[in-house]
Amino acid sequence: MKGRLGLAVAVAAVAAVPYVAPTYHVLLMLPFMAYGVVLLGLNLLFGYTGLVSFGHALFIGIGAYTGAFLTSRFGVRSLEVIVLTAAVLGAVVAAPVALLCVRYVKIYFGMLTLAFGMLFYTFVLKFYRLTGGDEGTPYLRPSLLGFGLNDIPKTDYLTGPYYYYSLVVLVVAAAVMWRVVHSPFGLCLKTIRDNPAKAESLGIGVGRYRWYAFMISAVYAAVGGALLGAPIGNVDPTLAYWTHSGNIVFMTLLGGFASFFGPILGAFVFIYLEDFLKSLAPSSWRLIFGALLAATVIFAPGGLMGLVGRARPRST
Amino acid sequence: MILRAEGLRKLYGEFCALDGVSLAVGAGEFVSIIGPNGAGKSTLINVLTGVLRPSAGTVRFHEVDITGIGPVRLARLGLARSFQLVQIFPDLTVMETLEAAVVSRLGRGTRLFASLARDRAVQEGALEVAELFRLADKRHTLSRQLPQGDKKLLDVASAFALRPEIILLDEPTSGVSTADKTAIMEILVAAGRRIGLKAIIQVEHDMDIVFGYSDRIIALHQGRVLADARPAEIQADAHLVDTVIGRRPPRPAAR
Repeated sequence: MKGRLGLAVAVAAVAAVPYVAPTYHVLLMLPFMAYGVVLLGLNLLFGYTGLVSFGHALFIGIGAYTGAFLTSRFGVRSLEVIVLTAAVLGAVVAAPVALLCVRYVKIYFGMLTLAFGMLFYTFVLKFYRLTGGDEGTPYLRPSLLGFGLNDIPKTDYLTGPYYYYSLVVLVVAAAVMWRVVHSPFGLCLKTIRDNPAKAESLGIGVGRYRWYAFMISAVYAAVGGALLGAPIGNVDPTLAYWTHSGNIVFMTLLGGFASFFGPILGAFVFIYLEDFLKSLAPSSWRLIFGALLAATVIFAPGGLMGLVGRARPRST
Repeated sequence: MILRAEGLRKLYGEFCALDGVSLAVGAGEFVSIIGPNGAGKSTLINVLTGVLRPSAGTVRFHEVDITGIGPVRLARLGLARSFQLVQIFPDLTVMETLEAAVVSRLGRGTRLFASLARDRAVQEGALEVAELFRLADKRHTLSRQLPQGDKKLLDVASAFALRPEIILLDEPTSGVSTADKTAIMEILVAAGRRIGLKAIIQVEHDMDIVFGYSDRIIALHQGRVLADARPAEIQADAHLVDTVIGRRPPRPAAR
């Protein structure tokens, strides 16, 4: 009950941000919500299945490029269509990638996902005609629920309708993921994370479940990518670069992969901290960021949620 | 016969771990596999449970060839196992561990959006096993926080939760205090009756346990079956006892 109340307050607070915060901060909330969706998926793989992917920027890239292509090449502006197409394309690309990756665990899994991520990055960078290379592809303003919204200023669009659209997608994505991790399927993933050999002896097919988890996480990353690209207005290969994959792993660690909401908190803190440090120390912010990451891993392996201590380690 | 192995050979390079082992286990039997270290007991269990593929020979379960089919399919067919080194899910509770086994047995693992907490069949199935194994009052404890004896029980209990026809126990009482050993065996045998288990095969070093509970003993030595007989017959053969056990077994305890 206490948890539900806290959640309701958190959602209400995010909903109130456009009314109380300066525009600048409202705009920072947009990538936060997009990353929130990505991380819900990533953590199904990381926190619940025990596989750390260093290549999920690939699927963020697929989502973002889907939006860019549909809006600027195919004249499709509907964000609903973009999100659905991104999800389908994410799944289509993930299916064979996952099939290869889930045969490996630990560092081998991480390296293989990284390799696929780099392949995709190189592809979008080099196929200039298709993707615009390092210049990227414009992601035109998408329509929301059939409303074109082309006549309002961009800032009003982003801090108004787009903001709440993102919030609804995040809440729905979280609700669905909550069901997934508390389902019989979610339990099977946890057994695989904890002890794959024992899971197999209980008749739980490890490879199959890892594949499912990978697929779901890829779909989430693609949907998050579709949301992430629109406010930027242009999708370029940096979205698919491996450091981007690293960033989302960092967000997950920062917030705490052992808890359901940890990664979302991690995304929030990451984005505001990055912004704050960039203004504080424009030339050396990466140094401070790196030190913070090291400190998190050493002193707070459970992340911020672990520090709060309410999150029961892992088994949530 | 429920389980029948014929002519099992397993080579590790030059080393022959199993050299033509045949055995059969029928309904109602409690069979113990004994033998000194290196006799091939663990290899035999791993071949019987499909983890290892034998170099030659077959394993049949109800006349279905299960040679090397792997633990997942074997568990679904009705042949479960526990491990010599206790295998648990450290960060899952006792109840979650048993629920996982029941979910697997009922084939509900791909229910993505169903609520586990509201799945009555799973909850009741898991609780029943928890009670049989006297773990019910610890059901919300994380497995890694259990005492060693309870970890062992949970490992075995989760295999029982699959409601298999046959269970293979790899040293069910190893690493457990002498006082706990009998308790574990009593719980195990009672639970087996309750869930309708047809046969138990165990690898065991403790001769009190072996002679106290077995209907039949299979003695392995250097990868071969040295004897396959009732406990009393094994006991009567002084040479055999010396070879496989190295000391006189105790008198059989009353069952």
